[in-house]
Amino acid sequence: MLKKIRLSLAIVFFGIITLLFLDFTGTLHAWFGWMAKIQFLPAVLALNLGVIILLVALTLIFGRVYCSVICPMGVFQDLVSWINGRRGKKNRMRFTYSPAKSWLRYGVLGLFIIALIAGIGSFVALLAPYSSYGRIVSNLFAPVYRWGNNLLAYFAERAGSYAFYETDVWLKSLPTFIIAAGTFIAVAVLAWRGGRTYCNTVCPVGTVLGFLSRYSLFQIRIDAGKCKSCSLCTRGCKASCIDYKSHTVDHSRCVDCFNCIDTCRHGAISFAPRTRKAAPADVKAADGVSGVDTSRRKFMSVTALLAATATVKAQEKKVDGGLAVIEDKKIPERATRIVPAGALSLRNFAQHCTACQLCVSVCPNQVLRPSTGIMTLMQPEMSYERGYCRPECTKCSEVCPAGAILPITVEEKSAVQTGHAVWVKENCVPLTDGVECGNCARHCPSGAIQMVSSDPEIPDSPKIPVVNTEKCIGCGACENLCPARPFSAIYVEGHEVHREI
Amino acid sequence: MSQQKDNKNISRRSFIRTMGAAGLATAGLSSCAGTKKETSPSESSPGGQMTYRTNPSTGDKVSILGFGCMRWPSVGGRSAREGNEEIDQEMVNALVDYAIEHGVNYFDTSPAYCQGKSERATGIALSRHPRDSYFIATKLSNFAPSTWDFDASVAMYRNSMKELQVDYLDYMLLHGIGMGNGMEEFKARYIDNGVLDFLLEERKAGRIRNLGFSYHGDVKVFDYLLSKQDIYKWDFVQIQMNYLDWKYAKQINPRNTDAEYLYNELASRNIPVVIMEPLLGGRLSNVPDNIVAQLKQREPERSVASWAFRFAGSFPHVLTVLSGMTRMEHLQDNLSTYSPLDTLTDEEFTFLQDVATRMMQFDTIPCNDCKYCMPCPYGIDIPAILLHYNKCLNEGNTPASSQEEGYRKARRAYLVGYDRSVPKLRQADHCIGCNQCSPHCPQRIDIPKELHRISDYVEKLKQGTL
Repeated sequence: MLKKIRLSLAIVFFGIITLLFLDFTGTLHAWFGWMAKIQFLPAVLALNLGVIILLVALTLIFGRVYCSVICPMGVFQDLVSWINGRRGKKNRMRFTYSPAKSWLRYGVLGLFIIALIAGIGSFVALLAPYSSYGRIVSNLFAPVYRWGNNLLAYFAERAGSYAFYETDVWLKSLPTFIIAAGTFIAVAVLAWRGGRTYCNTVCPVGTVLGFLSRYSLFQIRIDAGKCKSCSLCTRGCKASCIDYKSHTVDHSRCVDCFNCIDTCRHGAISFAPRTRKAAPADVKAADGVSGVDTSRRKFMSVTALLAATATVKAQEKKVDGGLAVIEDKKIPERATRIVPAGALSLRNFAQHCTACQLCVSVCPNQVLRPSTGIMTLMQPEMSYERGYCRPECTKCSEVCPAGAILPITVEEKSAVQTGHAVWVKENCVPLTDGVECGNCARHCPSGAIQMVSSDPEIPDSPKIPVVNTEKCIGCGACENLCPARPFSAIYVEGHEVHREI
Repeated sequence: MSQQKDNKNISRRSFIRTMGAAGLATAGLSSCAGTKKETSPSESSPGGQMTYRTNPSTGDKVSILGFGCMRWPSVGGRSAREGNEEIDQEMVNALVDYAIEHGVNYFDTSPAYCQGKSERATGIALSRHPRDSYFIATKLSNFAPSTWDFDASVAMYRNSMKELQVDYLDYMLLHGIGMGNGMEEFKARYIDNGVLDFLLEERKAGRIRNLGFSYHGDVKVFDYLLSKQDIYKWDFVQIQMNYLDWKYAKQINPRNTDAEYLYNELASRNIPVVIMEPLLGGRLSNVPDNIVAQLKQREPERSVASWAFRFAGSFPHVLTVLSGMTRMEHLQDNLSTYSPLDTLTDEEFTFLQDVATRMMQFDTIPCNDCKYCMPCPYGIDIPAILLHYNKCLNEGNTPASSQEEGYRKARRAYLVGYDRSVPKLRQADHCIGCNQCSPHCPQRIDIPKELHRISDYVEKLKQGTL
C-alpha cells in the first residue's frame, strides 16, 4: 500500500516536472509551477523558508520521501533501475548491502557548500540534482518534444488549424549540452548498475536529507524476531542500505521506497515510528553566500561559429521575385552580461541560480540561453541575435524556483534597466549604405532612441540614432531589429545592478 | 522528334485524367455555348472552341486566353517567384503543351520574370512546337539604371531572342511605362538613349511584328504616348483591367487611373488592348466569403475567377487576356471559361460593378503579389506580409479592439499564421524604410508605410494593447 502511494505520487511529480521543462507555451506553469518551487536546493537559494521548513519537517517525520517522490532526478534513477529489473528476477534482485561511503558524501557536500559560499555557480549547478535533471530534459528531451510539436504544427497548418504553432529548435549552448549529456549518461549508468548510487554518494541534497532522516520519526524497521535472514530485502534494496545479517537499516541512505516491505515474505519489515527519541537535528540550510568573481574568461567562444557570408549582390538587371539571403547575427562582445528584469543584480542572480534551465525552456523569444563563462557556466544570460526581451513577457520571472529571477509584472518590467544600448558607428546603415533607416528608434518600447542628423550643420544628412540611456531598459529591440549584420549597429551592455526608472 | 511525341503523350494522358474535373466545370457552360461568340475554327478544347480575336494590323488570330509566363511553377510546386527554387521545366512543358493543344497561342514573358529565368523556360517549352503555332510577347525590361544606356538595352533585347530561341518577336513591349518617377524615367529608358527609335527600326525590319507598351502608374506617360500615335503607331497596348480597377483604381490609390479611362482611350483609337492582372494577382479569385456566395449563387458551376475573366474578355477591343497560370487547374478553369467566351450581359456587368463596390468596403492592400518589389535588400518578404494581412482581413481576423467578440481566436490566427507565412526575420518589423521597393510597385503602394502600419498592428496584437 505504502509503495503504491509512493509510486503514484512519484509518477505525478516526475511527469509534471518533466512537462514543465518541455512546455514552451507556459500554460502548465500556471497550474504546476509550484512543483519546481518546492525543490530543495532552489528553495534554499530562494531563501524560501516555508518550503525549507516543510521539507525538513517532512524528512524528520517520514525520512527521505523527498528523494523518492519530489526529486525528479531520484525518480529518473528509479525508472532506469526499474527498466534493468524488468529484464528478469536476477537483475531485479541485483543489489547487495554496502557500508556508507561517508567520507565521499560529506566530502562532496563540503565542497558543494564551499562552492556555494565562494559563489562558484558552475560547480553548484553541476551537482544540484533538480538542475541536472532540468538540463537533461531541456537539452536532450525538449528538442524531441519540439520536433514532435512541429510535426503536429505541420499537419495543423495543412488542415488550416491554429492549434499548434512551430517552434525553433536550436542548440543554445554546446558546453551545457555536453554537460547535460554527460550527466545523463553517468547517472543512467550508475542507476542501471547500482540503483541509488548517485543519491547516496554524490548528491548534496541526498546527504543533507540523509543526515536528517537518521532522526526521522517514521523509519523502516526490521523485526529481528520475524526475520529469517533470507536476504531478499537486501538484494532488492536499490539504496543498498539494508544489512539483513544485523537486521539494521542505514536510515541516512534509505529513500523510503517501501519496496522491501512488500518483498519480505515473513512480514518482518514495517514502516513505523521510532520508539527511542533522538535530538532534533540542526537545519543545515546553507545560505550564506558572498561575492561572485565575475571574471569574463570564456569557457568557449560560441561566437566562433561560422555564419554563411553570402551578401546581396547589386543586380545587373532588375528581376522580380526572390529573397535576399539574410546573414545570421553574431553575439557582440559584451563587457557586462545581461540578465532578466527581476534578477536585481548580477550578484544576486549568480547567488541564487541553480542553472536548472527552466527559464531558458520557457523563454518564447529565444533570448535566454546558458552562459559559457566559467564562473557562471550554464546559468542563463540574455542575448538578442534571435529575438529580444518582449515587453509583454515575464515568463522567466514566473517560473524561476530559486529566486534568481524574482516575480515581476509587465508594468514593473517596463521600468527596470537591465542594461543600456550602445551605438556602433561603423555598422550603422544610413552611414554605410546611404539609406534611410531608424528601425531602432521606431521599435524602442521606451522611446529612448531618437534619430538626429549625422552632421549638425546639414539637416538633410543621414539620420543616426542617439540613445537616452536614462530611458533605455536594455530590452534589445534595437539590437535585434537593427538591419546591420552580422553585428548590429546598436547593442546592449548589461548593468551589474539593475535600476528602476 | 520522339521527345516531342512523348511530351504530347504525357499531355494527352493528363488530359484524360483531368477530363472529369474539366467536364464538370464546363457542364453549365455548354448549355449556353453558341449564344454569343466570336470564334474562328480551331482545335477542340474541354468545353468547346477557344474564342479568338483578330489583330487589325497584322491579322493575327489571337486566343482570348493569353498565357502569362510570370508565375511558372518551381520544383517545389509553388510559383517560381517565391523562394529561390528552380523552375520546374517539365511542368512548364506540360502546361504549354496542354495550352497549345486547347487553342492558346499567345505567350507573354519578360527578361525580369521568375528572377530572370522565365524567358529561357518559355523558350524551351515553345521551341518544341512549330514557330507559326504561337505568338511570343516579351518586353524591354530595362528597369535598373545600369541598363538604361543604348548598348545595355539592345543587349537585353537581343538576349530575349536568344533565350526564346526565335529570330523574330511577335509582340514587343516597352515594359512598365509610367513606373518610377513617371515621365522622367520613361525618357531616360527609351527616348534619350534612342532605344525607341531602334525598336521602331526593328519593327520596320520585321524582327518585331507588333510594337506596344505595358502601362503602370503615371497616366501622363500613357496620354503622351497615345498623343504620339501618328508617329509611333502602337500596334497594341497592355493595361491592367478588371472589375475592381474599372471604376475604382483611382480610389484604391490616387496615383493610379481607372481602367475605364484607359480602355476607352485605346478603343477610341482602335488600338488592340492586352489585359494584364484580370484577377489582380489572384485577389479576385480569393475573395471574402460573402462575395463568394453572391457570385456562386448566380453561377454555382462556374469558378469565382471565371467572372473576372469573362469581364475582361467581354470588351470587343481586347485582343487577349493574360493569366499567369502556375497550376494545371488554373489553366483548365480558364480554358473552360474561354472555350468559348460567354460575354457578360449588361445586367451581369452591373452586378459585377456592385460586387466591386462591396469589395471596396474591405480595406485590403492592393498587392497583386507580382513581386516586382523583390528581392528586398534587407530580406523582407514584402508580398507575403501584405497578402497575410489581406487574408486575415478577408477572414475577419484583424480585430480592431480586444473587446471585440472572438478577439483571442482572431489574434491567434493572425499571429500564428503570420509566423507560418513569413519567417520571423522577413517580417515587417525588420523594414527599415529605405524605400528601395516602392518605385518598383506597379500598384504604387507606399510599401514602407504599409509595412510599418502592419508592424505596429502586430505589435499591438502581441502586447495585447489593442
